[in-house]
Amino acid sequence: MADAHPAGLAHHFESFEQQREASFFGMWVFLITEIMFFGGLFAAYVVYRSAHEEAFVLGSSLLDIRWGAFNTVVLIGSSLTMALSVWAARTSKRKLLVVFLLLTVLLGSIFLGVKAIEYSHKFHEHLVPGPSFAMDHFPADEAPYVQMFFNLYFMMTGLHALHMVIGIGLLLSLVVMAARGAFTPENHNLVEGVGLYWHFVDIVWIFLFPLLYLLGRSA
Amino acid sequence: MGDQMTTPAERKRLNYLNADYGVKSWLLATDHKRIALLYLLSITVFFFLGGLMAVGIRLELATPAGDLVQPDTYNRLFTMHGILMIFFFLIPSIPAVFGNFLIPLMIGAKDLAFPKINLASWYVYSIGGLFTLWSLIQGGVDTGWTFYTPFSTTYSNTYVIATALGIFIVGFSSIMTGLNFIVTIHRMRAPGLTWFRLPLFIWAHYATSLIQILGTPVLAITILLVGAERLFHIGIFDPAYGGDPVLFQHLFWFYSHPAVYIMILPSMGVISEIIAAFARKRIFGYKVVAFASVTIAVLGFLVWGHHMFVSSQSPFTGVVFSFLSMLVAIPSAVKVFNWTATLFEGSVSLDTPMLYALGFIGLFTIGGLTGIMLANLGIDIHVHDTYFVVAHFHYVMVGGAIMGYLGGLHYWWPKITGRLYPVFWSKLAALVVFVGFNLTFFPQFLLGYLGMPRRYYSYPEDFQVLNVMSSAGATVLGVGYLIPMIYLVWSMRYGKRAGANPWGAVGLEWETPSPPPTFNFDETPTVDHEAYEYTSPTETRVA
Ligand SMILES: [Cu+2]
Repeated sequence: MADAHPAGLAHHFESFEQQREASFFGMWVFLITEIMFFGGLFAAYVVYRSAHEEAFVLGSSLLDIRWGAFNTVVLIGSSLTMALSVWAARTSKRKLLVVFLLLTVLLGSIFLGVKAIEYSHKFHEHLVPGPSFAMDHFPADEAPYVQMFFNLYFMMTGLHALHMVIGIGLLLSLVVMAARGAFTPENHNLVEGVGLYWHFVDIVWIFLFPLLYLLGRSA
Repeated sequence: MGDQMTTPAERKRLNYLNADYGVKSWLLATDHKRIALLYLLSITVFFFLGGLMAVGIRLELATPAGDLVQPDTYNRLFTMHGILMIFFFLIPSIPAVFGNFLIPLMIGAKDLAFPKINLASWYVYSIGGLFTLWSLIQGGVDTGWTFYTPFSTTYSNTYVIATALGIFIVGFSSIMTGLNFIVTIHRMRAPGLTWFRLPLFIWAHYATSLIQILGTPVLAITILLVGAERLFHIGIFDPAYGGDPVLFQHLFWFYSHPAVYIMILPSMGVISEIIAAFARKRIFGYKVVAFASVTIAVLGFLVWGHHMFVSSQSPFTGVVFSFLSMLVAIPSAVKVFNWTATLFEGSVSLDTPMLYALGFIGLFTIGGLTGIMLANLGIDIHVHDTYFVVAHFHYVMVGGAIMGYLGGLHYWWPKITGRLYPVFWSKLAALVVFVGFNLTFFPQFLLGYLGMPRRYYSYPEDFQVLNVMSSAGATVLGVGYLIPMIYLVWSMRYGKRAGANPWGAVGLEWETPSPPPTFNFDETPTVDHEAYEYTSPTETRVA
């Protein structure tokens, strides 16, 4: 190539500015596809909830609101540490960056641990959809729809948890790179990109929590 | 044209093809032009595989009795035909090959915004394809490409999950391509190349990419739910477990109707380029055509209910979807009228790409108009699930999309390979394709109107004459597709050298040598004029 490209700038970009804009824009477009992906599930939930309201309220009342609320606080906390990581990368505070990233990983892992506890409770209470589902615990005409509630509960929280696992994997690779000093104030797109992803996953939970745990509970 | 002298220096010039010959340099290529060729090879394989299934279908339907294959086999044939042609040929076809090759060239960029994601998309496509082929070899799937529940989730004894997984996977390659295009078109344009100076090919691909990123994830989650239902019997779509099969249809068509525009919009982009180049005029009403692409993409998301006029949708909902479906005709017709207006008083030359473009206009118009008929509630109930529907969507997807694909292939082949193909054979093939296509599918309009249902392997004797016509036409069409295979491959070695701009066309892709160098342009171009600056319609062609 005729013009020497600075290190860290891919060959097909003219400037760091262009590279940064492209990677951000790409991340936003990706998050839009994620919204559509979860959107299909939310649509199914809304359709069935409006058709079988009572069964869904019944199912909802069997979820443990304390674990749900605790996890919500944990995730909001992890969003804060993620935002602080981005700040640390921008101001090239290498040690703080590693600390905040690890804190985010820790909070994410706590969330997943709590989720595992909840899942195992549901398993013991025979509330996992399938042949062992406790059909006879519910009025006969509601039982299939209570099962459907749990079906959607596991699909939605399961896919959300999968996104958390991927996010933790990404964060851990950022920790390694950050420890090696891979990020500079002008080039830390990866930290910001993973940050956007992490906030997105948090926001999905902010919708899941009231939808699954809270709606119709006071009635 | 084409007999410009090339100097020895020019012949030795490094380009994206001769820069490196190793297998690794192809399998690990991040150059958008090489990835386009990888795609070209793969989709051609799937096109002929899908075509093979069609041969089986048309052979069986040559006689009224079901005598060639078992009914089960017939179900698998039309299912695999649909799946291979839609998900593995039509959807990737123009975007992944020509979009990939041309978008950076047309906007004066060195590559797409994310070259590695581009390469990954080809691998994802290939893995999805292998999955689907594996399930095909194992015995295939018999649900139709639409996977309607509860048949697909409960009753079908075929390889539903493996095939669905193949489609799930290939969807991500489509998303990656769309994402890459959107970011590239927004962020990588050459200095001076404003939105309204972009070629209409770019606008069409922008609109296509919007559908790819908004629609495909919904298909992904739908397939996931079908798979979960089939594995665990959990009651999302199966009424036996409290689910609603119509919800499946809603989710499926929310993607699969717009998917038709993933197939046709890129073709429309190709047609705009060809018409301008061979009428030597700027496209009439450039801005309107550009916005028509986006309008089609947006409206496309609001019409899915027209697939459910007879599946328990309320009459009110039916009327709304019927009305919205007809609205799509407006931007589509705007395009057709504007192309025709461009031809008017243009200096029209009938080179091979132009023959395909003209074929596209005629056949797409028929496909579109019968679409308006089908959007009418009353007519749809009469011809629902008949060959009328089959003929309609083949006029759009084969008469439209594949004509556009072949037109594009013939228009940019000299740019891609640096070689010209034989004029006589290419024009003959275009004619054979046109005749074969109409002979295959026009009788199907009549069959459907007379009441022949789709997806049956036998039929009453009254329908035989039209069916034989259709089968004969399919043979002609098959020959029409094979001829270009032969002379295009031949031309790669023996064709005349093309020179940078064999058609005397306007556009950045013609300002760089054929085949283009690895980084497309020696110097980043600056743009100070509109697209299609053909100074005067009567100006004579260079060389
Ligand atoms: Cu449709």
